Amino acid sequence: MVDHLLGIQGLSKSEIYRYLDTAHSFVEVSERDIKKVPTLRGKTIVNIFFEPSTRTLASFDIAGKRLSADTINVSIGSSSVKKGETLLDTVRTLEAMKPDVLVMRHSESGAPHFAARCLANTSVVNAGDGQHEHPTQALLDLLTMRQHFKGRGIEGLKVGFVGDVRHSRVARSSVWAHLALGNEVRLIGPNTLVPEDFARGTFGEEKVQVFDKLAPGLEGLDVVVALRMQLERQEEHFVPNLDEYSREYCISERLLSKVAPNSIVIHPGPMNRGTEITSDVADGPRSLIRQQVTNGVAVRMAVLYLLARTVESVEEVAHG
Amino acid sequence: MANGKPVVIHGGKVIDAASDRDGDFDLLIEDGKVAAIEKPGVLKSKVEADHIDAKGQWVMPGCVDLHVHLREPGEEWKETIQTGAEAAALGGYTSICCMPNTKPANDSPEVTRFILEKAKAAGASRVLPIGAISMERKGQQLAPYHELAKAGCVAFSDDGDPVADAGLMRRALEWCLMLGLPLSCHEEDRNLSCGGCMNESPLSLRLGLKGFPGVAEDVMIARDIELARYTKGKVHICHVSTARGVELIRRAKNDGINITCEVAPHHLLLNECCVETYDTSFKMMPPLKGNEDIDGLIEGLKDGTIDAIASDHAPHHADSKLVEFSRATVGILGLQTSLPLLMEMSAQGIISRTRMVDLLCSGPCRSFGLDYGTLKIGRDADIIVVNPSHSWTLSSDEIRSKSKNSPFIGRTLTGQTVHTFVGGRHVVSGGRLASEDGASVAANSK
Repeated sequence: MVDHLLGIQGLSKSEIYRYLDTAHSFVEVSERDIKKVPTLRGKTIVNIFFEPSTRTLASFDIAGKRLSADTINVSIGSSSVKKGETLLDTVRTLEAMKPDVLVMRHSESGAPHFAARCLANTSVVNAGDGQHEHPTQALLDLLTMRQHFKGRGIEGLKVGFVGDVRHSRVARSSVWAHLALGNEVRLIGPNTLVPEDFARGTFGEEKVQVFDKLAPGLEGLDVVVALRMQLERQEEHFVPNLDEYSREYCISERLLSKVAPNSIVIHPGPMNRGTEITSDVADGPRSLIRQQVTNGVAVRMAVLYLLARTVESVEEVAHG
Repeated sequence: MANGKPVVIHGGKVIDAASDRDGDFDLLIEDGKVAAIEKPGVLKSKVEADHIDAKGQWVMPGCVDLHVHLREPGEEWKETIQTGAEAAALGGYTSICCMPNTKPANDSPEVTRFILEKAKAAGASRVLPIGAISMERKGQQLAPYHELAKAGCVAFSDDGDPVADAGLMRRALEWCLMLGLPLSCHEEDRNLSCGGCMNESPLSLRLGLKGFPGVAEDVMIARDIELARYTKGKVHICHVSTARGVELIRRAKNDGINITCEVAPHHLLLNECCVETYDTSFKMMPPLKGNEDIDGLIEGLKDGTIDAIASDHAPHHADSKLVEFSRATVGILGLQTSLPLLMEMSAQGIISRTRMVDLLCSGPCRSFGLDYGTLKIGRDADIIVVNPSHSWTLSSDEIRSKSKNSPFIGRTLTGQTVHTFVGGRHVVSGGRLASEDGASVAANSK
């Protein structure tokens, strides 16, 4: 039996902390002169991306290399599906080359789960599936918060997600994580993108609050998660136009300093400045956006390590 | 096959909703017709007849399915008229209406005749073709209804492609009114369903799958009710899946509008939670609903709003289900599971036994104006003998269809068809196709 990381849903608090603790110990590796540890020497990691990505792919690739694993990146535009090979055949072909971990990004929700069911000996890491989950992003956000809230920790926080929650896999993974930690979760945005249904069982029996107005939603938050607002949403009639959206929902320093003066702001990127977030927030003192990216490498090192390590490497760490 | 020789089915419980019969009777089949229904023992003296002992079994009219996909012509790797008609006979269906979404579509008498010829050669259950509402089912030009009706079509439908153009729908209703034939409608406003692949709900938000809101079905039902009201044409609503849809139809019936509807067993017995693991074997159209909608459907079963159970038998090759959820084909098999699933609901007390027979036999015939579905003297002998207590587990080996896409594989079902007579032809005997029983065929040919 191999382990997978397909989502945050279902992870316990202690499992989340295990990833965060492990990531914490890897942060330092990236600050060394020689950014490499031998931990996963001889392991093979395939990053297979069925959807274009820059930061996540680079982050996974760097993470694998800093652990001394052999990494290969396969980018398949979603159009390749039309060439005829099914996902099943693609992942089985790759598995036949005996990789240890398959890191998969896919435009369709549930695709990594399907792959995991079809594979016998390869760990699958979900690097973002459709509008479903993006577990490593949620973990790196938590690591970033943990560094910031050093003294008080990351439990008992008020966390608000602002914007296109409907289409956000980052939001879903993060909400599960914050619920596991017992945090208060608010979803803020127009009802087309943040439907009331989110508060009616989407996240189980846990309480999630929905706000259709920005200021009351932000009031008293510790963490503001700004979500990317995509241009397509106006063509699909989710918003009249981006100006209308940003007038009502753009997160500005003026508003934050009034209603959530002590909040920090994170954004999974890529940002649309002036649409969902103003530059004075993105580049200001409450922004942890750059740290998120740095922490992404450490978190992915932790995930790859925990899935691909062999018994010997556990001992190595224990004795080292 | 006892075609020439009369058959007496004795000792069974005869259940026929249309003649309000539920009791112990013996039944005589002669010249392909129901010749007599008598108190037990009266027909025993018929020495020249074959005798079937139906002790402890139910004797019912054969079931009639208003919504079946046979895939031929054009997609014979999924199903053929032969395999579909045989699956029907094994499942207790003596007549099945096949949707026109073949390749080419059934929009011409040539296709209709092709289907009927293949069905005749199959020698299993009766196949009644449904013609297209529009040419190539594209919703742009009316199909030749009179010609199709003369060739043998019993209703018209554009199947899974809803008629978006209300003006075309109006004229179609007016033309079909002259023929007295119904339009069978898959109700979906594509601008609302918008590529949704599961029910729109808190669960679809969790799974990140595009939601298909129930209102996409409801608004089209409402439109077609008003068009039926205006034109006096006959509308039959396919696979109703929402509580609101049932309520709209209930009101329309109270208003005296010429409307009937069907429900598929899976919409009654499975809920949306089945797709929680992205299991494509539960992907269908309309998608599985939540409990509120299911309760509304069951209410409609109980109060008579729903006229018929239709399987929406939709064979698909396994490869087309072994893909990402959103890319998988929609639909499941139904011909061999509908009857036992309804028997299960009846055994649970959700519906009475006669209501079950009405939903499977007389109700469908009422909806399409067909002359089957009842055990009346002089009618075609479309009869099934069912063992109501036989428990069996569905496996892919038991499935006669070419495709095996049933989410009920592995489920224990209670109730199995032992004998099927289609117009007096003994098509299924002892739970097996008579045509496969080499010895009996040889014996009969002598």
